[in-house]
Amino acid sequence: MSTATTHDAHHEEHPSGLARWIFTTNHKDIGTLYLLFALLMFIVGGAMAMIIRAELFEPGLQFVEPQFFNSMTTMHALVMIFGAVMPAFVGLANWLIPMMIGAPDMALPRMNNWSFWILPFAFAILISTLFMDGGAPAGGWTMYPPLVLQTGNAFPFLIFAVHLMGISSIMGAINVIVTIINMRAPGMTMMKMPLFVWTWLITAYLLIATMPVLAGSVTMLLTDRFFDTSFFDAAGGGDPVMFQHIFWFFGHPEVYILILPAFGIVSQIIPTFARKPLFGYSSMVYATASIAFLSFIVWAHHMFTVGMPLTGELFFMYATMLIAVPTGVKVFNWVSTMWKGSMTFETPMLFAVGFVVMFTIGGFSGLMLAIAPVDFQYHDTYFVVAHFHYVLVTGAVFAIMGATYYWLPKWTGHMYSEKLGKLHFWLSTISVNVLFFPQHFLGLAGMPRRIPDYSPQFTEFNQLSSIGGFAFGLTQLLFVYIVIQTIRGGEKASEQVWEGAHGLEWTLPSPPPYHSFSTAPEIK
Amino acid sequence: MSEAHGGYYVPHGANWPIVGSIGLTTMLVGLANYLNGSSVGFTMMLVGLGIVLFMMFGWFGTVIGESESGMYNDQVDKSFRQGMSWFIFSEVMFFAAFFGALFYARIFSVPWLGGADAVTSDVLWNGWEAAWPTNGPGEVGGEFESMEAWGIPAINTLLLLSSGVTVTFAHWALKKNKRGPLVLWLLATVALGFTFLGFQMFEYYHAYHEMNLTLGSGVYGSTFFMLTGFHGFHVTLGAIMLTVIMFRCMKGHFTPEHHFGFEGVAWYWHFVDVVWLGLFIFVYIL
Repeated sequence: MSTATTHDAHHEEHPSGLARWIFTTNHKDIGTLYLLFALLMFIVGGAMAMIIRAELFEPGLQFVEPQFFNSMTTMHALVMIFGAVMPAFVGLANWLIPMMIGAPDMALPRMNNWSFWILPFAFAILISTLFMDGGAPAGGWTMYPPLVLQTGNAFPFLIFAVHLMGISSIMGAINVIVTIINMRAPGMTMMKMPLFVWTWLITAYLLIATMPVLAGSVTMLLTDRFFDTSFFDAAGGGDPVMFQHIFWFFGHPEVYILILPAFGIVSQIIPTFARKPLFGYSSMVYATASIAFLSFIVWAHHMFTVGMPLTGELFFMYATMLIAVPTGVKVFNWVSTMWKGSMTFETPMLFAVGFVVMFTIGGFSGLMLAIAPVDFQYHDTYFVVAHFHYVLVTGAVFAIMGATYYWLPKWTGHMYSEKLGKLHFWLSTISVNVLFFPQHFLGLAGMPRRIPDYSPQFTEFNQLSSIGGFAFGLTQLLFVYIVIQTIRGGEKASEQVWEGAHGLEWTLPSPPPYHSFSTAPEIK
Repeated sequence: MSEAHGGYYVPHGANWPIVGSIGLTTMLVGLANYLNGSSVGFTMMLVGLGIVLFMMFGWFGTVIGESESGMYNDQVDKSFRQGMSWFIFSEVMFFAAFFGALFYARIFSVPWLGGADAVTSDVLWNGWEAAWPTNGPGEVGGEFESMEAWGIPAINTLLLLSSGVTVTFAHWALKKNKRGPLVLWLLATVALGFTFLGFQMFEYYHAYHEMNLTLGSGVYGSTFFMLTGFHGFHVTLGAIMLTVIMFRCMKGHFTPEHHFGFEGVAWYWHFVDVVWLGLFIFVYIL
């Protein structure tokens, strides 16, 4: 269309300096903000994890008070989930979705700005609770009453921080859905969309459906504490377990919010380096949708031990195991994509393959946990900790890192150092397994989670785990270095960057112009 | 500053979001301090609320200005429609959490405490008989009367349902570009909405002062006031939005073809209406 010329004339008009970042409505700027914010929170949450692993290096109390230790586990989870992984995915969505579907920008650019700019405030509030009377929240990120109601002055700040994060996520999700439904270039039919777009479409739906439920549940906590309501108080006819039901109705879809975009990323990376189209594209789409559907009817598998009718236990057990079917479809498809491909193993591919292997380990331990009678033994032990760190660290975080290496040359116009990237991958992979694999055994042997002390027989495995933890933490400084180095300079990246890369984002120059597609591209 | 991209309006530079973030943060930090017993908390909350309102005036003002100068094409219009629909869906899910609490209390926790689950009742309040409405075995908040459905709530149901009809008449008038009836039907809708709120305020006053039914009346009081209270808050917002739309109609905004602002608010109003039907059935009648 004829507007392309107008666009060139205005090209350099955007403000520079701090004002550019505060007032920006550009999807790439906002994507960058999200990604940098996520990296910052990854470091903050990582520092908390280091404190946890230092305290657990030996039995007995070494460095911190038990209350502070519990604050660390609580804050580590909240920061990593809501501050690191979710914003990283939203950042990727911002950068990539408009480029992948041939749109000029996100559908609602002003709201896009707001959904990011709520986050720094929300986390300022959350992190400030560390310095309040009574300390930061220490009842676990799941905020179970009645324990969480004993939080000191931090309590209302915790609730309002969660509200703000929810508002941000809902606005971000609305933007993603509307962009995907309404902004596709002519010819970009739904079943031609890259899988990253598909997985984000479904993730955004999960976000809009569940974040308000979280908001509702923490609002009930607030009124129970300050306004005399009895939602979670048996004396008034309520039930503390009711909170867990409402919370996990949000919480289980939430864990798929943390992994579906990762599935999308891996489905983009593997075909590129296997030099074959993705095996079973449509089955991938249906599998993602099935996982999303199932995520709404499995929540109580987080609460097998709290007391539930037997039919409930059985229903949630079988429904949970069903998830293995669509997930298995996905793993099968990734492996089949690689089958007989002419594969090369650049850093993004290493992370993607690492994802497939290690996420599957986490998936299998999840299957073990799904078996209700067996879960009675595993519940609230380090086995659970090992399980969700396999799916979230070697799953979600590895996918985010793979995505960073994969698209960083496109974003910055520079190639990262392949040597350092590979070093980062191998150091991470070895250390993360030293960190989390022993925790399976600790959990099976009965070591409970969220306690700063343990029986002496758990010492060796804990020390091994802590050493892995410190190594993994240090290795991530290398990641930060590589990212900064690539932003600042390096070998020029071509348009396509990767020999086997397909998709609209690879038709744009590296780095792409401020506005991706002023005129909609033609899609065959 | 703005640019059209293939006709799709992409604004450049958004000043209001950061104002909104500062306002929300001030308001919530103020409220949190107030709840913790700090003396400055309440004032801080009001200041924050003021900033949020200022942001809304500014932001909506900008959008209305852009809309009236014809910068939004059909595709932008579609984005707004879809955005509003998903926003309303998120609101539905917010209410779902509280309806969930109501159902859980009535189907599970209260009967269990009353002996349907032997262990629970033996260990906690042996011999207590389950009933609904209840303030629980601890008789939290003392004896109370429950709210009767066929008085004010039934009248309120009629009021809200009628307002759904009047807003539709207003929409038909707008489509035929008949300004007079449009404004009158909107005025009727707004009047019905505020009458509803007046009745609800009376109902609350009655509950607190004559029935000893309060937020603290166990799980019945909690679910009753949280559900009807959040609904009333949404009716308030909807009525204010309708009032704004009415003034815009009087100023000659909207055309028979382009009137998303009107429709978005009408959708919101219907949503509030439907939630009320759920409330009337599950909170008042059953």
